[in-house]
Amino acid sequence: MNKLDLDKNTILRCRISAKKIADDIHGFINQHTTVSVERTVCRLLGIDGVDELDIPIPNRLVDEIYQAGNLGKGISVYIAAGLKLYDNSMARFISAFTAGEVRLSDLKLLSEQEAENILRSQFNKTLAKIKLNKGIRKELQDKYPGRETKLYVIVATGNIYEDVIQAKAAAAQGADIIAVIRSTGQSLLDYVPYGVTTEGYGGTYATQENFRIMRAALDEMTEKTQRYIQLVNYASGLCMPEIAAMAAVERLDILLNDSMYGIIFRDINMQRTFIDQYFSRLINAYAGIIINTGEDNYLTTADAVEEAHTVLASQFINEAFAKQARLPEELMGLGHAFEINPEIENSFLYEVAQAEMAREIFPNAPLKYMPPTKHITGNVFRAYMQNTMFNMATTMTNQSIHLLGMMTEAIHTPFMQDRFLALENAKTVQGALKMWREDIEYKHDGIIRSRAVEVLNMAEKLLDEVKDSGLFKALENGVFANVKRPYDGGKGLDGVVKKDKDYFNVIANRMEAELSED
Amino acid sequence: MKIRPYGDTMSDGKVQVSFTLPCLADESGIEAAKILARKMGMNDPNVVHVEAIGEGFSFFVVYGSVIHEVETDSIKVEKVETPTMSREEIEAIIEAEFDRDIIFIGASTGTDAHTVGIDAIMNMKGFAGHYGLERYKHIKAYNLGSQVSNEEFVRQAKILKADVLLVSQTVTQKDVHLKNMVNLVELLEAENIRDKVLLIAGGARITHELAKELGYDAGFGPKKYAEDVASFAILELIHRKKRVQ
Repeated sequence: MNKLDLDKNTILRCRISAKKIADDIHGFINQHTTVSVERTVCRLLGIDGVDELDIPIPNRLVDEIYQAGNLGKGISVYIAAGLKLYDNSMARFISAFTAGEVRLSDLKLLSEQEAENILRSQFNKTLAKIKLNKGIRKELQDKYPGRETKLYVIVATGNIYEDVIQAKAAAAQGADIIAVIRSTGQSLLDYVPYGVTTEGYGGTYATQENFRIMRAALDEMTEKTQRYIQLVNYASGLCMPEIAAMAAVERLDILLNDSMYGIIFRDINMQRTFIDQYFSRLINAYAGIIINTGEDNYLTTADAVEEAHTVLASQFINEAFAKQARLPEELMGLGHAFEINPEIENSFLYEVAQAEMAREIFPNAPLKYMPPTKHITGNVFRAYMQNTMFNMATTMTNQSIHLLGMMTEAIHTPFMQDRFLALENAKTVQGALKMWREDIEYKHDGIIRSRAVEVLNMAEKLLDEVKDSGLFKALENGVFANVKRPYDGGKGLDGVVKKDKDYFNVIANRMEAELSED
Repeated sequence: MKIRPYGDTMSDGKVQVSFTLPCLADESGIEAAKILARKMGMNDPNVVHVEAIGEGFSFFVVYGSVIHEVETDSIKVEKVETPTMSREEIEAIIEAEFDRDIIFIGASTGTDAHTVGIDAIMNMKGFAGHYGLERYKHIKAYNLGSQVSNEEFVRQAKILKADVLLVSQTVTQKDVHLKNMVNLVELLEAENIRDKVLLIAGGARITHELAKELGYDAGFGPKKYAEDVASFAILELIHRKKRVQ
């Protein structure tokens, strides 16, 4: 599949630069841990719940060691020491800890080997559950494969039970993927809320219990519609790896998972989030969860024609980061978007150029294609027209994860009927244009191919520059989305800790070892 | 003058509405939609489309003639009365009236993560061919981005000695944006700087009337650009300066 006849050597040079960029950051990642990484270890050791002040137990444990200045050792050895003291009973250890009967700092630390032996039965339980989930997902996907381009819609009522009603209706209307949008601002919380929630703003809190409720509802709809309905949430912001761990346990299928997005659009500190991202992607690789990256958002602040190459460059970088976390290509849902001003002449041709280019450069990736938002005006009828063009570009270029545009974009979170009309639109276009792609060839000196070649060449040049300056510098200089972020600025930097020589992360070690065997 | 909606004949009152009801798409569902339409003031409602959209819900498209009319002569709305000048005119008037740069700061405040609106007004490139404030001579524009807390916004306003505060708000459900907007006014009052700055709100669903109601000096909705905001701000600053003198 090489309709655009893009130069293979240029693509290869882009990949080599991207690998160098990611390798540099990985050197930094390897020397650090974060409070969120360590809380994730707690969760994967089976520690959950909150204390009487609603503070999650993983936060309590990690905060104590952090405040004592010892988090550089990792939480694993402390949990192991606590378990040893309470005859390997996690329940007894945790209740003694929350009651203030035992302080982690007072525990006699164990050797790495002894700690691992003690922790094995704990993490084996969780990891077995994650593997089981992976198996169930595969079985259901084999049994109910559904359409090739998956239709993705969001629900965002704030109330998980209301979300369930909307999600089930959406699945019945033909949606293949349901994302539960998070409550505004959750990405900036340095903890994960606990339990069922029925109030949120602009979305519903991501909690493990909410995950479980929605998963059960979508499993019911899977049987009913004979299509495996996938569930999406957001492992972004300050709790990337924790959300990934919860999603793995509750069999979510797709996670938004992109540090670059957090840095640029949520002002998360770059050091913090690259460290968090690595562990979260490692968990996603282990659990078979597709990641979605957020390059599409660049074009909401930067111009979609002038800055198209930054999207491609970022996709190369995200691919390189994903490889480091051992994610296979089949789980790399790289993002891009249909955001060119529709009043520009030939805008549709430029959109097709970008989408086809992404398809050909990342042939095995389940590309996530985002609808127009920036040039949607409130004229719902015009928006419906724009979304039809977007749906055509999606089918023409065989995108994988098709996030449907809503005619009421920029007015309110979608009504049930908005979603219904969007699904009707997408299904009709998919059917009407079904084999069109097979018939399309692009003129060698035509507008579409020329545009793709231009964007690829610009991306190569940009990657070359970022390779020399380093990614941290590039982010400081506002290379992506025209947004500048300082190395020491943003949220969450205080949660970054340099690893001691004897740092030990029992979960990361285990996952890395198992994934390297595959 | 009394007016009614226009379909193809003056004052025919024709409108289209679409909605979802939690009922079946059958005869009694259609009747329910008609009854609802009549209660909304529509004569002879015509349910032109009905379709089951899953899990006990149905979607309706209804045409009809509204019985209501509107007397336009008695309408009074609060709108920004100052004229809109060009960028060059604005630059010239600042140069003539002030011996310093005018400082604008802007942000999507509270938990709001949307930046399209504030970027359209402030960033160099602007929107739809209208350059943003960053490109204006004699204006110093600081775009603080999204999810800026009101406290931080006020702190920055003091540090940067801002003349004009631009607050971008996207309307979400449960009116969280309104509380947030009011909270900013309270903070500015508590810091005793409310009357020292111009406070302007903007966003797709923001109107001048709403902004005034919430204690802002002005509000700008869709299809308003940097020159609209800057014209109002500069003329108002000049007006205030003269009042003091």
